Amino acid sequence: MTGSPDLHLWLIPLVPFAGFLVNGLVGHKLPKTLVSAVALIATLIPVIQVATIVAGFSSLTLPHVEHVATWITAGAFHADFAFQLDQLTLVMLCVVTGVGFLIHVYSVGYMGEEEGYWRYFAYLNLFMFFMLTLVLAENFLLMFVGWEGVGLASYLLIGFYYLRNSAANAGKKAFVVNRIGDFGFLLAMFLLIAHFGTLSYGEVFSQIAAHPEWQGGFLTAIALFLVLGATGKSAQIPLYVWLPDAMEGPTPVSALIHAATMVTAGVYMVARTHVIFDRSPFALSTVAIIGTATALFAATIGLVQTDIKRVLAYSTVSQLGYMFLACGVAAYSAGVFHLVTHAFFKALLFLGAGSVIHALSGEQDMRVMGGLRKKIPVTFWTMTMAVFAIAGFPPFAGFVSKDEILYEAFISPNGGKLLWLVGLLTAGLTSFYMFRLWYLTFFGESRAHAQEDKHDHGHGHSHGVHESPWVMLVPLSILAVLSIIGGWMGWPEGLGGGNWFAHFLEPVTKTFQPEFPAGSKQLELVLALVSTLVAVAGWFVAHTLYYSKPELPAKLAQQLRAFYNLLTNKYWVDELYGAVVVTPLLFVSRYVLKGLFDRGVVDGGGYAVGYSAQGLGAIVQRIQSGNIRSYAGWLAIGAAVLLIVTYLFTTHFSLR
Amino acid sequence: MVPVSYYLILSAILFSIGLGAFLVKRNIITIFMSIELMLNAVNLSFVAFAHQWHQVSGQIFVFFVMVVAAAEAAVGLAIIIAIFRTRNTLNVDQVDLMKL
Repeated sequence: MTGSPDLHLWLIPLVPFAGFLVNGLVGHKLPKTLVSAVALIATLIPVIQVATIVAGFSSLTLPHVEHVATWITAGAFHADFAFQLDQLTLVMLCVVTGVGFLIHVYSVGYMGEEEGYWRYFAYLNLFMFFMLTLVLAENFLLMFVGWEGVGLASYLLIGFYYLRNSAANAGKKAFVVNRIGDFGFLLAMFLLIAHFGTLSYGEVFSQIAAHPEWQGGFLTAIALFLVLGATGKSAQIPLYVWLPDAMEGPTPVSALIHAATMVTAGVYMVARTHVIFDRSPFALSTVAIIGTATALFAATIGLVQTDIKRVLAYSTVSQLGYMFLACGVAAYSAGVFHLVTHAFFKALLFLGAGSVIHALSGEQDMRVMGGLRKKIPVTFWTMTMAVFAIAGFPPFAGFVSKDEILYEAFISPNGGKLLWLVGLLTAGLTSFYMFRLWYLTFFGESRAHAQEDKHDHGHGHSHGVHESPWVMLVPLSILAVLSIIGGWMGWPEGLGGGNWFAHFLEPVTKTFQPEFPAGSKQLELVLALVSTLVAVAGWFVAHTLYYSKPELPAKLAQQLRAFYNLLTNKYWVDELYGAVVVTPLLFVSRYVLKGLFDRGVVDGGGYAVGYSAQGLGAIVQRIQSGNIRSYAGWLAIGAAVLLIVTYLFTTHFSLR
Repeated sequence: MVPVSYYLILSAILFSIGLGAFLVKRNIITIFMSIELMLNAVNLSFVAFAHQWHQVSGQIFVFFVMVVAAAEAAVGLAIIIAIFRTRNTLNVDQVDLMKL
């Protein structure tokens, strides 16, 4: 403990938890305004607290650690309820509380007419509690609590429309797939305890720093298990399959949990534990390759999706791949920077999509949208900002962060031209499918007439297309502004900026590796130009296919039938997992575990005990004849036996 | 002075007669009387030992047994009357409803 002031960091997660308790326990009896007031206040207080921390941040000694209580003490091992504040935590806090609060506000409008309004806000506050615990934790164990907790909240919210079978299944899928990743995280923690005897960040990292001779070996093992955990939470290959299905949840949930905050936990974790990764080039390369492969893979699937939310879901997977790529080339600050800007524009995209869906009374299929530009202008303009941002047009936020990642991948010794090239290609694809979404949704003629009575969503009102209420538009506008200017805090030096963000994070993300080869400013400028050109090319192709010649996509799909089928079926990955993992698992569970073990051994053992007791009772019950004289006889025999035994013991078997 | 073993043998004989009658007889009143006989056999050995060891506690215990026996007689006879009124018999072999 240093002499720095007590910031009461524990309050930040606990206030949303109090909101969860209030809404979860008595929310069903409260009016909707009170429920939303509780939820909003419970998220506004952390925002204010984070703002005060930001105001006084320069006077703190970092990292600022606050021990609240001892949690576990077992021999030499102990874990505390301890919270840590440093630059990385602060960035995450700003994103989580800021975007979280905006999405709470938006939800008041979006969920206004849903059943289970209180339940929704209770879950949302619960999520905030766990997410803030995750980023504030000072040791791996407390982080794991948050890690599991956000998975739980995600499960609850994906399955929010639990009467719909697909939603319930999607929730289960997300939870089970995440468990696989959590398993990796657990193994990593066991290895950490075995080698360091502690789970505290500070102690582990200082031990590693004190032993420069530790390279690879067990550190690689720990890093790879951590990567497994991160791939689960951050939806990377091979565990990305749950995220597209998670779109079954309400749209603001997709924005908050499955785009802006929770899925970035894996990136945060890699950046937080980068000291371990720095010692293991193999693990770093794994991260980079996983990230790049996921980015390309998900982007190609996103090309042909027709559900507006699924396009965004695959784009999220793809953008998370970028963040992994950045971490994999040891450019952690670039990864976190993209995390921040992505939180802005992807939250905006989802909220905008939610506004579109709201306007169309629950319609999500882009094929029956079109022509919405004039009808919902605020949504259109804010969403346009986000589309330009994610497509990578300067000076929008996405351009700055994505360009930095590509640049770092190009020059980093861990990266390479191939990673850069794939990243660039993905950027082009991203630009294409985002503008495809843009054109299909907002331009051309409305194609909605064929689908008059198809409301499977919970929105009961079916009066024509309408703009959303102001309570939804204000968060959209704020996020739109952030999507434009959010990237300026990391404006690259090659383009005349100072890259303030990277310098701000430097105390945390400083690597112990040999310095990066100093890339020249000209190179950075050229690469930025190239990626801008690629983004423009993506826009141009989308413009051609979906605006000027709308009959062309069908022809193209006809000509490239095999490829098109491959993409629309998402490479048959779900089917592959189903055949390779799920079916055998179900078979073993049903026949070996349930049939043989559960029915045979467990139930059989129970029945055996019961039947033997019954059989014994059937024999012994003859003694109870009801005949008093037979009882008296038994009594006399018993007394006689006791007497004889006592006599024998006292005379023949002397115990002395 | 009569040795204590005589008392004990008499007590054992009385107890055995009581036990035998208890097992053999079918009439409830006879069974009741045999219980009294067994109780008094035990009383006899109590008094004998109390005299032998010059300890008064044995005699006090006899009073307790007598009190209990008197209470038992009062309750027991009431039960017997109740049984006779409901079942019209005093044969214990016919009073065997308390079984599975």
